Amino acid sequence: MAKLHLNEELIEKSRLSANKIADQVFDFIQDRSTVSIERTVLRLSGIDGVNSDGVPYANSLVDLLQKKGLLAEGAIPWLIKAMITYGISPQEVAELAEMDKINWDDVRSVPMDEVKKEGNLLAEKGLNILMKQRQSREALITKMGEGSKPFLYVIVATGDIYEDVIQAKAAVRQGADIIAVIRTTGQSLLDYVPYGATREGYGGTYATQENFKIMRAALDEVSNEVNRYVSLCNYSSGLCMPEIAAIGGMERLDVMLNDALYGILFRDINMQRTLIDQAFSRMLISLSGIIINTGEDNYLTTADAVEEAHTVLASQFINEQFAIKAGLPHEQMGLGHAFEINPKLENGFLLELAQAQLARQIFPRAPLKYMPPTKYMTGNIFMGYIQNALFNVAGVMTNQGIQLLGMMTEAMHTPHMQDRKLALDNAKYIKNNMKDLHEEIEFVPNGLIAKRANEVLEKASMMLKEIEDLGLFEAISAGRFANVKRSFYGGKGLEGVFLKEKNYFNPFELLMKKELGIGG
Amino acid sequence: MMPNEPINIKPYGDTMNDGAVQISFTLPVPIGEKAKEAAKQIGMKLGLEEVMVYHMEGLDEDFTFFVLYGKVPFTIDYSSITVPAINKQSMDFYKINQVIKEQINRKIVVVGACTGTDAHTVGIDAIMNMKGYDGEYGLERYPEIEAYNLGSQVKNEDLLEKAVELNADAILVSQVVTQKGIHLANLTELVEMMEAANLRRKILLICGGPRISHELASELGYDAGFGPGTKASEVASFIVEKIIQR
Repeated sequence: MAKLHLNEELIEKSRLSANKIADQVFDFIQDRSTVSIERTVLRLSGIDGVNSDGVPYANSLVDLLQKKGLLAEGAIPWLIKAMITYGISPQEVAELAEMDKINWDDVRSVPMDEVKKEGNLLAEKGLNILMKQRQSREALITKMGEGSKPFLYVIVATGDIYEDVIQAKAAVRQGADIIAVIRTTGQSLLDYVPYGATREGYGGTYATQENFKIMRAALDEVSNEVNRYVSLCNYSSGLCMPEIAAIGGMERLDVMLNDALYGILFRDINMQRTLIDQAFSRMLISLSGIIINTGEDNYLTTADAVEEAHTVLASQFINEQFAIKAGLPHEQMGLGHAFEINPKLENGFLLELAQAQLARQIFPRAPLKYMPPTKYMTGNIFMGYIQNALFNVAGVMTNQGIQLLGMMTEAMHTPHMQDRKLALDNAKYIKNNMKDLHEEIEFVPNGLIAKRANEVLEKASMMLKEIEDLGLFEAISAGRFANVKRSFYGGKGLEGVFLKEKNYFNPFELLMKKELGIGG
Repeated sequence: MMPNEPINIKPYGDTMNDGAVQISFTLPVPIGEKAKEAAKQIGMKLGLEEVMVYHMEGLDEDFTFFVLYGKVPFTIDYSSITVPAINKQSMDFYKINQVIKEQINRKIVVVGACTGTDAHTVGIDAIMNMKGYDGEYGLERYPEIEAYNLGSQVKNEDLLEKAVELNADAILVSQVVTQKGIHLANLTELVEMMEAANLRRKILLICGGPRISHELASELGYDAGFGPGTKASEVASFIVEKIIQR
């Protein structure tokens, strides 16, 4: 049932524009790779660990190949040539290369058909790890079931993975469906993935493979106890976007933040780097059965939520098209938006409903990720609690997929244990009491909510047309998103982007495209 | 001391000097009568009288949440309190621009950033962005102010370099992440770098953030510190007044 009468023609038009925008970018992406993509396939080939200086072997090998001018053919051909020449494992290649014990001139002679044969085997084996984890998730959900929508999503952010475990387990017993481990501030700008279990972070905990493993084991244990599969969320973003996607797949993460534009706009990461990385990371995420969460909510933390609402919708359309191109099914597209309208605004809640219902109807199969109020949260925790309640009501009324619970102490500190409990009580009360309310609602055709929704849609559609004409790169350079201007050659990480040579070989990419049924 | 200020005050519930307070906290013990007694003793050790544990709830196997009420037995001499505060009498957008034009006779330059690893630009954006916050224009909108918002995760040395390059009158530093005191190290480093470069007296240095007070900022060697809810016009007023004073 269409609850809101929307201009279907405009929806179609917007989608078409977004599709063309994504097409233009993909033409550019096809010919390029990045150091982080090459490190990702090395990790999937089995290279792990760090050298005596604490540098991951995936980094040291890619850096070496880049320095020798060999990387434009891809890291995999050189890895395999060394493996075959010396009869050693991928890990041994990385370790010997580190000690300068691989003669890269000698290994050159291994014929390409042998390289391809071995490469396909490596890719099958590597991607199989992701598929196995996907199957065990499906088996666990079949066995114990999972929560109902909207999934209740809470964060842990102590900085210490072992303390995070204590907080996460408590949250699950209190009713949480998704646990997100917030990353330490600054990790998005590290051009390597830190290693091992960590106990020191600021505003969050380092995303490392070991930390993922520790939290996954803890959540599996408590899932068993409450007989409900609990999802784990982390960030596939920043300079190591694809690497963390692969690690997330290996360690059975279920949800990952992954946005096509976020890093460019809000972390000043170079746009070429981010767009190339996001395409590769989304293929991995797609194959791993992970739900992405996009970051449109961030547009509203500084810009005005009423005036800039259409930028959220426009970005959702773009994220959708990028996701489709990476083979991501709609059921894995957690498109983001947020409840950030000034609480003093008359009828502000109606505008929030308009936006939430608009997203719900335009992306009917997507498990929309709904973000709580942050901008207008104050030290008045009692007021904050009711702001979060109103947000929860909007979530239930518009049937959102993932409800990221607001904490009444949002403006003060990362959540204390009782903050999370009170937030879950708030959400559970509303979710249970108003459970099927959304089934009962149809909005007045020419009412304030319908008018507002169509107005936002119209503005988004115009914005998308403008970006289509300009091209995405130029639109970002001109500051069309979030009023932030980023240049094509500016920002961090451009030195990690390179043009593929014509004999570039990446069997992981080829196999993923085949599995996901996407071209290129 | 202001005349007619009360000498002895206590928290107020519904009767003058009843001393009523509410507190809530979690203890790392399982729920039960023993936990309840422990919570009560915490209230008593805090010096509260008539401590009542009104609510107790298990958060997990080994954690319990409490809501307590009690009465504060002591009073505070309100009249004797002095607080270092910035003169809050700020000018508005139009007045500020007028004063700059008439009394300073040139545009003033303000450079702002979120420094260190801090990626949370919500504070600096509210003060600097064209659009501003809550109906108040940001500094970028001021015709007489050249405002440069360098964004997030800016290194102290980069901020300083830019300030010198632009011949800045004032530097604004925003610090939102304060876990484990990371902001203190960061803010101190900038002061030290400016002193070493003999710039501290030439450029006004101002910090802001949810856990920043004017008192803390002064201690660290800043000219001013602005807490939550600060408006762009308050910051601009302070800068303009200081420049005129000099």
